[in-house]
Amino acid sequence: MAIKVLHHGLATTVQDLGRPGYFHLGIPLGGAMDRYAMRAANLLVGNDEGSAGLEAVFLGPKLEFTEDAVVAVTGADMPAKVDGVEQPGWTAFSVRAGQTLTFDFLKSGARIYIAVAGGIDVPLALGSRSTYPIGALGGYKGRPLAAGDELPVGAANGSGEARSVAEQLRRLPAAPVALRVLPGLYWDRLSDEAKLSFFADEWKVAPEADRMGYRFRGGRKLSFVEREQPFGAGSDPSNIVDSCYPYGSIQVPGGTEPIILHRDAVSGGGYFMLGTVISADMDLIGQMQPHTPTRFVEVTMDEALAARAEENTRLEALRTSLR
Amino acid sequence: MPTRYTFGGDEHLFVECSDEMSLEAFFKSLSMANGVKESGIKGITEICPANASFQIKFDPDQIKPEDVLREVRAIEGAAERAEPVIRTRIVEIPVFYNDPWTNETLMRFRERHQEPSGTDLDYATRINGYGDVDDFVAAHSGSPWFVSMVGFVAGLPFMYQMVERQRQIQVPKYLRPRTDTPRLTVGHGGCFGCIYSVRGAGGYQMFGITPMPIFDPTQTTSYLRDFMVFFRPGDIVKFKPIDRDAYDQAVEDVDKGRFSPPVREVSFDLREFQKDITGYNTRLEGMINGH
Repeated sequence: MAIKVLHHGLATTVQDLGRPGYFHLGIPLGGAMDRYAMRAANLLVGNDEGSAGLEAVFLGPKLEFTEDAVVAVTGADMPAKVDGVEQPGWTAFSVRAGQTLTFDFLKSGARIYIAVAGGIDVPLALGSRSTYPIGALGGYKGRPLAAGDELPVGAANGSGEARSVAEQLRRLPAAPVALRVLPGLYWDRLSDEAKLSFFADEWKVAPEADRMGYRFRGGRKLSFVEREQPFGAGSDPSNIVDSCYPYGSIQVPGGTEPIILHRDAVSGGGYFMLGTVISADMDLIGQMQPHTPTRFVEVTMDEALAARAEENTRLEALRTSLR
Repeated sequence: MPTRYTFGGDEHLFVECSDEMSLEAFFKSLSMANGVKESGIKGITEICPANASFQIKFDPDQIKPEDVLREVRAIEGAAERAEPVIRTRIVEIPVFYNDPWTNETLMRFRERHQEPSGTDLDYATRINGYGDVDDFVAAHSGSPWFVSMVGFVAGLPFMYQMVERQRQIQVPKYLRPRTDTPRLTVGHGGCFGCIYSVRGAGGYQMFGITPMPIFDPTQTTSYLRDFMVFFRPGDIVKFKPIDRDAYDQAVEDVDKGRFSPPVREVSFDLREFQKDITGYNTRLEGMINGH
């Protein structure tokens, strides 16, 4: 069983839940940007949550199936079509041998997740099938898909019955987006004025938004507490002695454009970070389009943990509903 | 400055041993990071040492953030009392300085540089007070460097020069980062040297290129078959200037699986080093040459 790539869309990659354990060597977690949607797609077709599927951003690929398959598409609202016939999102459907899967235009969100019963069966690299293009590691030959690629599919273990995720368990960001942030790291480098304006201003997702990081524009420039720069830190007030970067951390080079590091993050560098997007909101970032109005909302650690517990509850409900 | 603890969201604890770079701060952060690793605290999933700080990733479903903080703080005292001695390796890295590939690249991005009229080497030579490029190269390759962090992208070593602070080479990064850097470029930004493990964007000044791959996801390079990343934090690096012929020969040797980097196991004692930096470095260099 294989899937032939007739068109790659814009940037379509093989992803799973990532490759933990190598960030200390600069190899990031990777994996689906919207992990919840990836898990849902897999559960719908009877796969393990961590099976490999496809992540496509903004534009869907065109895929031909060599054998009958059960498929599900979750995440962004971008209707799937089998030989031109529209299929429901967040719902398992059948594709017959020789049929072609295409996608309509994106209506909301940014990334779709395509799961196939049996999972995309590319070789494991450091324990994961996710694609890390900078390192030419994992996925299909370490790169995004291209026309002519043939993706191997594993043996299906599901029943193939049509299953659907209940409406209230589907998750996309509301507009405008509110991202919850725990201040910390080098937060105290900011002036009092900047500490207020960062949360008060409306920002917009910049065109430079990808799996490595999401950049934002539109808020006031952030100013810093004056200091003599420490040895090794570099001369700009936004510089620090190169340190690790947490996933979700927000760096603001030169104080102008905040960047939230995501699944394919660089593991460290010399820019101060003012805080970190909480884990419960990381999936939402993966569904944000350029120009999306965004506010950052300050939360405490207790609020971050409560939000995480809520997401865990939602995931449990998803698992129970698809069991 | 006291060690500073701060959370990176609900999944990371960030520990800054010092806000300025020094070998002492590097040793403390490495030793604490190793201590956390050995402690086997449940729920900790990643430990990333950096130059003067380190970062822990934990699973808040398994351990409360405040408990991670308490347990890591408890390790700080032991790390401070630990002997500043590490078992590590010293490796010799051949470098073709002033090579045609980084030269071609730096010319392409000249408008992003502080000094558009010369090369990155010319600039670094001048602002560090060396008479000519040869003197600068002699300084760059004349003392060993500590790998104080591995990261940014896969397998890239940050290196800290093992000389007195006033002798350390320092250069600003490019005014605006380049969108391209040749793979295996030997670069420098701030007080840190680096080797670009893969081709890509970069902001460090470019001095030369090594023929020796340091990251190989295909694991076909002879000395990277066991693991695709060559460097580890704590490694000691000595650069060896080579010419074009030696470079071409080394590239061929790598391709044919005949290249093996000179590596020796060493024990490094920070106190002994600080008593006599030049003498200690000479002994380290001697070990590479088999003395």
